[in-house]
Amino acid sequence: MVERLAESATEGGGKVSIVDCDIHNAVPSPESLKPYLSTRWQEHQEMIGPRYRHGFTQGDPYPRGNPNAARLDAWPPSGLPPGSDLAFMREQLLDALDIEYGILNCLDKVGEQLNEEYAAALARAVNDWQIAEWLEKEPRLRASIVVPYENADFAAAEIERVSDHPGFVQILLLVRTREPLGRRKYWRMYEAAQQYGLPVGIHFGGMGGNPITSSGWPSYYIEDHTTMSQAFQSQVISLVSEGVLERFPDLRVVMIEGGFAWLPPLMWRLDKHWKRLRDEVPHLKRLPSEYVKEHIWLTTQPMEEPTNPKHLLQVIEHLGSEEKLMFSTDYPHWDYDDPNRAFPIRLPPDLKQKIFSENAHALYRFEAGE
Amino acid sequence: MHETSGDKTFPGQAAAGIIDCDVHNNVPSIEAIYPHLPDRWRDYLIEHGVSSIEPNYYPRGAPLSARPGSRPPSGAPPGSDLGLLREQLLDPWEVQCAILNCLYGVQMLYNDDWAAAMARAVNNWQIAEWLEKDPRLRASIVVPAQSPELAAEEIDRLGRHPGFVQVLLLVRAKMPYGRRYYWPIYQEAERYGLPVGIHAGGATGDPITPVGWPSYYIEDYVSLAQAFQSQVISLVSEGVFARFPQLRVVLIEGGFTWLPSLMWRLDKNWKGVRREVPWVDRLPSEVIHEHIRLTIQPVDEPPTPEHLLQIIEQIGSEELLLFSTDYPHWHFDKREDALPTKLPSELERKILVENAQAVYQL
Amino acid sequence: MRSTDSRRESDRHLAKHIVATVDEIPPGERKIVEVAGRSIGVFNLGGEYFALRNQCPHAGGPLCEGVLSGFVQARVPGEYSYVRRGEILRCPWHAWEFDVRTGQSWFDPAKTRVRTYDVTVEPGGDESTSSNELSEAGLEWGPFTAETYSVSVNKQNVVLEL
Repeated sequence: MVERLAESATEGGGKVSIVDCDIHNAVPSPESLKPYLSTRWQEHQEMIGPRYRHGFTQGDPYPRGNPNAARLDAWPPSGLPPGSDLAFMREQLLDALDIEYGILNCLDKVGEQLNEEYAAALARAVNDWQIAEWLEKEPRLRASIVVPYENADFAAAEIERVSDHPGFVQILLLVRTREPLGRRKYWRMYEAAQQYGLPVGIHFGGMGGNPITSSGWPSYYIEDHTTMSQAFQSQVISLVSEGVLERFPDLRVVMIEGGFAWLPPLMWRLDKHWKRLRDEVPHLKRLPSEYVKEHIWLTTQPMEEPTNPKHLLQVIEHLGSEEKLMFSTDYPHWDYDDPNRAFPIRLPPDLKQKIFSENAHALYRFEAGE
Repeated sequence: MHETSGDKTFPGQAAAGIIDCDVHNNVPSIEAIYPHLPDRWRDYLIEHGVSSIEPNYYPRGAPLSARPGSRPPSGAPPGSDLGLLREQLLDPWEVQCAILNCLYGVQMLYNDDWAAAMARAVNNWQIAEWLEKDPRLRASIVVPAQSPELAAEEIDRLGRHPGFVQVLLLVRAKMPYGRRYYWPIYQEAERYGLPVGIHAGGATGDPITPVGWPSYYIEDYVSLAQAFQSQVISLVSEGVFARFPQLRVVLIEGGFTWLPSLMWRLDKNWKGVRREVPWVDRLPSEVIHEHIRLTIQPVDEPPTPEHLLQIIEQIGSEELLLFSTDYPHWHFDKREDALPTKLPSELERKILVENAQAVYQL
Repeated sequence: MRSTDSRRESDRHLAKHIVATVDEIPPGERKIVEVAGRSIGVFNLGGEYFALRNQCPHAGGPLCEGVLSGFVQARVPGEYSYVRRGEILRCPWHAWEFDVRTGQSWFDPAKTRVRTYDVTVEPGGDESTSSNELSEAGLEWGPFTAETYSVSVNKQNVVLEL
């Protein structure tokens, strides 16, 4: 199969409409959320404000490649932060790349807040702000429901509150959580996601209270960034092993901004050890890789750059499915993927069509009747 | 389970036999190391009721922990019986050299001095009960890694002993292994020409995955692969190999199919954010090719054998993989399944013998 | 100054374009211009002018909008040397580093282990001394070259030749 793909990789691909499965709309400032917070929480915001486990009032112990982790050319002329200016996003992304649909994943630090009620209030505010400032203003955009994911009851309540807005197509979690995401404490949230037919998106980032490695905290940003794929791997292991994908058979999960080349070796490893250790997890009725292939999607950014570009086609073959990869830019972040340049090799046209458009349409069903 | 001797297990196998880079010699009981402890520590163990410091990396009853027939009839732990090891592995597999990795839980202790005393005792026990009893055996120096200064002393004590060919660390540690805190260990290891082996396991009391504590043992075991990935990232990023250019590191019982995707990710990031780690003066994958080796078990093989060969090719070097059985852990059923099939014969020879000869200077 | 890719030289009719006056681009500053359908960044490094294509060879980002910084090196961990401040251009996207004087991307190998590629940059009559110093120190060319164009100062005008 690799040989066939390689041959057809030289065929010219026509223009494909693009669905961008990962765009970041930024809250311009805390003041922007005020209209959507009750007095009680406005006051809390003023008095205490958000608090982060790393201990800084702002910023991050691992400085990013660029300020705000953004492309330097993504700072709008208006002076607003990258990703917060819809007009500029239209100009630089939606119009420039002829994006058919874009999915907004707002990374405002909601789920990480230690005060769970504050987290729930922030989630409500961010989602109402997303509706007013993005979904109602730009028909090409869809969004993920931001939830206080460390409290599944609160998260379920928020999902229930806003899921009927047609602009919301997904639930958003950050990958670094307090416990592995398969654990029981999160199950009520998956129940709600399944009930309302919404995929659960798990995105790069978060600071949930665990060092990013099982041996503590690394020193450098390059380590922190590269190690994120191990966090994604751990979440796949957990969602499978805890039986979440057995218990919620309609649940769909999207790994966003985690890369994808790590997934085939992980599936093989899970299968291998499950054969010996399956008696420990009798709730699993099938091979782990079957659960993965049925329930888990991945976005393409940050694109894999194998030393030999042809190996990328091997990776896609090893994934065992052409229906699970979905293109994303990660606009406006610095490790952005341009749709015309991101892939190191030319894709066969049908595969290109799936990755850039069809797979996302099938998962998210942007239009009624899809 | 035991094929007749005289049949070569692997078609490309040389007459001299294979080198097994991961075999476990388990301490049968804490009493076994009493003779090797000074009075102060022997009395300490007895008076304070320390019945064992055996780690929980391999639950006794789990199928993965012990292949059929490897549990001694006495009830002692699998891997603690030299006779069984000869009978089940060394003789039938025509092993010319086996490298012992003793995982007794020295590195889990919080009292550095006690840990150092136990390390010394375990190493002396290894000499007496294994190295001096079978010339095919080599061993790894067990060290109290939690205290790099004391670990360095132990390496210095045994670095010239011909039976010890490696320094042993566990993959889950208090800090990422690239951090300068651990450099005294690498300094001594490099000085004696010993590779540092990083083995699956380790327990510090801290969460064992990047996202906290999983519920099941299967998750614990599978997620060891992520622990290895993190340590590779750390060793390269912190410039351990820039500072210690002769050092080699062997990753043991972590598998290897995850390596290409990790190298690509680290290379990609390095090109953009190299400035924080300017001592990484070339592609991380080149550093890995030069300084890191991996034992092959468990071979996390895909359903399509051809895909495994593709992964091996993606690694980009024929010098990285080292044959291992991981005796007594149970990863394969038939003997020939221990090695990927249809390897080119030159590569098979490298994996079975030559790569190990090079890194361990055998 | 560097000439253009020699493989296309026979196709190219070189023309001179005035892109700025010298006071528009004082030392340390830059100007991005559109010339013959190309976006080009013109830089002033200590009174000398250089020009690079405003397109990163990695993934097409607007290279000339990037940060001008120095080059951080270290032979061993913990010891830093910081050279060529203001002369190393970092792509605003994925942060690859380029030497403004030559257009070459720079990695810093202490040993010559980096794989080399054919580089079609030809030295102009006025070879930059700082690049020589770096070569003598054992530094090697990176695998990518941003397209460069000849620039000269014509009276008070900055003139681009392509």
